[in-house]
Amino acid sequence: MDYEATIGLEIHVQIKTRTKMFTAAPYEYGAAPNTLTDAVVLGLPGTLPVLNHAAIEKCAQLGLMLGCEIAEVCKWDRKNYFYPDSPKNYQLTQNDQPLCLGGEVEIELADPARNAAGEHRWVKLNRIHLEEDPGKLTHEAFDTLIDFNRAGVPLAEIVTEPDMSSSAEAVAFLNALRNLIIYAGISDCDMEKGQLRCDANVSLKPVGSTELGTRTEMKNLNSISNVKAAIEYEIERQRDVLESGNLVVQETRRWDVDQGISFSLRSKEEAHDYRYFPDPDLMPVEFDRNRVEALRAELPERPFDKQRRFEQEYGLPYTVTTVLCPNRELSEFFEAALETHHSPKLIANYVANDLLRELAAGSEHGAQNLKVSACQLTPAHIGTLAKLIDEGVISKQIAKEVFTEMFATGELPDAIVEKKGLKQSNDTGEIEALCREAIAGNEKAVNQYKDGNEKAINALKGPVMKATKGKANPAMLDELLKKLIDEG
Amino acid sequence: MSETPHIDIDYVANLARIELTDEEKAKLGSQLDDILGYFDKLNAVDVSGVEPMAHAHAVTNVWREGDQPGPVFDPEVLMQMAPESRENQVVVPKVVE
Repeated sequence: MDYEATIGLEIHVQIKTRTKMFTAAPYEYGAAPNTLTDAVVLGLPGTLPVLNHAAIEKCAQLGLMLGCEIAEVCKWDRKNYFYPDSPKNYQLTQNDQPLCLGGEVEIELADPARNAAGEHRWVKLNRIHLEEDPGKLTHEAFDTLIDFNRAGVPLAEIVTEPDMSSSAEAVAFLNALRNLIIYAGISDCDMEKGQLRCDANVSLKPVGSTELGTRTEMKNLNSISNVKAAIEYEIERQRDVLESGNLVVQETRRWDVDQGISFSLRSKEEAHDYRYFPDPDLMPVEFDRNRVEALRAELPERPFDKQRRFEQEYGLPYTVTTVLCPNRELSEFFEAALETHHSPKLIANYVANDLLRELAAGSEHGAQNLKVSACQLTPAHIGTLAKLIDEGVISKQIAKEVFTEMFATGELPDAIVEKKGLKQSNDTGEIEALCREAIAGNEKAVNQYKDGNEKAINALKGPVMKATKGKANPAMLDELLKKLIDEG
Repeated sequence: MSETPHIDIDYVANLARIELTDEEKAKLGSQLDDILGYFDKLNAVDVSGVEPMAHAHAVTNVWREGDQPGPVFDPEVLMQMAPESRENQVVVPKVVE
């Protein structure tokens, strides 16, 4: 029998607020252990939680960005369990009345060709609820250490419908989701810092069957490549179980990154009896409908919408838009540069290639987290550079030098061109003299050219370019050399 | 009246992580059964037409605005409350999920 996989994801995103979900204790990643706690975080007797309004607004923005409806009324519940990461012995979360309902995320499946647009589809969401992060446990050889800094950080849990069927779709979903969240300024989604974490639910059913098989839940997936590997492993594991005539056991499994396999964690039913009940200390939230519309109006354009617009409006190729558009800062930088000089293709190339290359060279964090704002270039730098090229003031060859210089110093390109005397020389008198010198000095190349070897002319261009420090207009030079040889 | 409610005292004790003697189980079990019996009484009340509520007061949108950081505990204060600590972290018996 042939099987097909059904995959649903649960994604936890730390919401970027200065303070915690239910108290004013601050949070920042990387602080010394247990320096960011207070009585509420530790659940000391007599303390009362108070909702963080900023976190609620940001979670609603996240919901709107992902096409969710914002619930008229939502409330918080206690999820009871004993585990040392939770000082209160319950987690404040939203059980039956979450803040955001439904929603869907547009994804792009990578095309095998890589340089062409892949297939797009929408993945349905079930809900987003707003809860608190637990503390962080470090398991040592003989005991466990607890750092409560992370406890109480606002955490949005995004739950998808079981609406994906392959690891490739799950990866595409996570990439699209990450871009949307960063666009909306909800989180930086740095998985290494635990700002975005993913659990995957996987089940198998016979191809064509409408009834879902028994699912397992995979935890501890802290990178997109782990999500991919863990789902692929789980699909194969369940296929083996089913093909050998056994039943898949509903259980939670932990992915072991080092070994590349997963382990069963708990299958006891009681572990899942969380005895939810409404938290008596927190009042429900009625989200104002006018505020919903105001937040909706402030949303940024979504990355795929922007990509379609860039292709239509500016005639940019997929290979360029797929670099610019997933990065809000980069795409906005590009459009701002157009205000200086409207030359979309030229400017897009400088932003997507040269600028990114220079940024990557100076970054330790890889291409995903490059910040244009961290460098000295403004959109006007790139716009002016493109203008100088389009107006024939400098060649593209010289522009490379100008780019490197302006990236290093922050000087505007026209000032650099002026200071270094880089203007393209169209002075035919001077260049003609240099060309005659070059022809006289390299008889061999001249003869090769005369024998029909067009490329031999390049050997003559070199000395002229050198003498003019690259300022000779290459097209003009080419023409002039040919003319002089033909005449001579 | 519905069937007398019954609570699984072993299950509940396990969830609450408390160990009970047989004597305690018998005593607490019957007490909890009485409490459930009281809920049966509540269930018998006709509440059709009454809106469900999560709180006794119809107050909503109680929150903290401004997202301004407040004071934090000195880690030493926290460590004083912990039975055991190391490197400013609370130490507990090894838990393997």
